[in-house]
Amino acid sequence: MLLGRVVGCVWSTVKDSHLEGQRLLLVQPLTPELNPTGKRLVCADWTGAGAGELVYWARSKEASYAFLPAEVPVDSTIVGIVDSIHLKRA
Amino acid sequence: MILGRVVGTVVATRKDPRLEGKKLLIVKPVSPEGKDEAGYVVAVDTVSAGFKERVLVVSGSSARMAEGCKDLPVDTAIVGIVDDVRLD
Repeated sequence: MLLGRVVGCVWSTVKDSHLEGQRLLLVQPLTPELNPTGKRLVCADWTGAGAGELVYWARSKEASYAFLPAEVPVDSTIVGIVDSIHLKRA
Repeated sequence: MILGRVVGTVVATRKDPRLEGKKLLIVKPVSPEGKDEAGYVVAVDTVSAGFKERVLVVSGSSARMAEGCKDLPVDTAIVGIVDDVRLD
């Protein structure tokens, strides 16, 4: 799982039937220091995260396990909203 | 998932029999602003996307969870047609 920030949302009418009712959010991946890293991507949302919120998201097939027993075809899902991070500097 | 734009089609006669009847499209990744990005993927189309349309692409083993792709040898599938992207 990785950290990310919600930076937008995606609308889609014609989609896989299992994606019906799923919120699709744009997420900017972040480093532990909360600097942007890598390309923005579209995540399904399991948590009800809002704009600008700091979240962590799961990748790959495990991302769809958040919605079990439904088989939702997603490869990235927001699975938690981050309250705080404690990072020890070397 | 990533955002992409349909830029072409792939025709294959000799292929895994389970892929028969599946539409294969060439998709180029795009940024949320709509700008083309490097690279491309060949994806199975499950939503009848058209040329130049902006689409939602799922990759990896999750692609097999798309409609009609169960137990198929695919790792990239188009699962949605994007109407709008809004940046906060």
